[in-house]
Amino acid sequence: MIVADKKPIEEIIAEMKDKQRIFIVGCNECVTVCEAGGKKEVGILASALRIYFLKEGKESTVEEMTLQRQCDHEYLEEIRNVMDNYDAVISLACGVGVQFMAEKYPSTPIYPGVNTCFMGVTEKRGLWTERCQGCGQCILARTGGICPISRCAKRLLNGPCGGSTKGHCEIRKELPCGWQLIIDRLKALGRLDEYEIIYPIKNWSFERSGGPRQVLREDVQE
Amino acid sequence: MRLRYPANVKIVRVPCTGKVDILHILKAFEKGADGVYIVGCREGECHYQGGNLRARKRVTQSQKILDTIGIGGKRVQMFNLSSSEAPRFARIAGEMVDQIIELGPNPVKKSRTGREHPTACLSTEGAVS
Repeated sequence: MIVADKKPIEEIIAEMKDKQRIFIVGCNECVTVCEAGGKKEVGILASALRIYFLKEGKESTVEEMTLQRQCDHEYLEEIRNVMDNYDAVISLACGVGVQFMAEKYPSTPIYPGVNTCFMGVTEKRGLWTERCQGCGQCILARTGGICPISRCAKRLLNGPCGGSTKGHCEIRKELPCGWQLIIDRLKALGRLDEYEIIYPIKNWSFERSGGPRQVLREDVQE
Repeated sequence: MRLRYPANVKIVRVPCTGKVDILHILKAFEKGADGVYIVGCREGECHYQGGNLRARKRVTQSQKILDTIGIGGKRVQMFNLSSSEAPRFARIAGEMVDQIIELGPNPVKKSRTGREHPTACLSTEGAVS
């Protein structure tokens, strides 16, 4: 899932302090799971903003809604009839949702309510960690299911580097060395001989270096 | 025991303080409460394992939010006591009310006219008599 973190309320207040009709829109998918932008977080932010405006003695309306997703046309269409009622919309979806909403409703200012961080997993409640950088050419088959692009701080394809110490990374001491994890995993799988194979230079044009990417599937298009 | 505690404390009963959400606390302030305090079981004695510990974390989070929006985090407090500690319950109610009086009314009420809202108390404790 896409992992996001809450934006500090003061940052949101700074953007909203002069607005009168505010619409807070949450997303029921990834940001709900990582407890940054679901229905509950929408409620908390809406309540905090209402209290703020009441305290300041400003007339304002803060309304809330949570969509199933903000990265699909059909769900964003659900708010088409009400968008004109507001002079600011705070989207608690990831950056994808914020942008897609802004694309669909160009005359309404859309503000982000979360900081979008990475693609990752819920290790335990309250701890989310990165697992994928969307490099566009998955090599997990050859690394025992552990990604050196996202788990190695230097994104090395032939690691570990000289900074790997007792299984930990030199960039952050508490971080496990991605390549140590790969070696341990290959050993457990009895495939350590594959570690000897040198990776060729990776074609990064499938990653961000080639500009914004797209996946085109003519077979499923209408 | 016929103990007395301030009449402006409104008790909202919940099955466990683990039920209390940040949103409940914020809503109380939005509606004009001057303060909110959560009375849960003693730490390590939660009937549902860790509800009171969750409540404490939510209280801390609520305090941060209230500080940020200028209401004041001190208006939210959490206390842990068992249902047999009636005198302490009554004393805490008095202390909390004193503290809230010192902090003054909820700034939200400045922009509103009408009725005064009491200090709210969310409690898992039984009736104190």
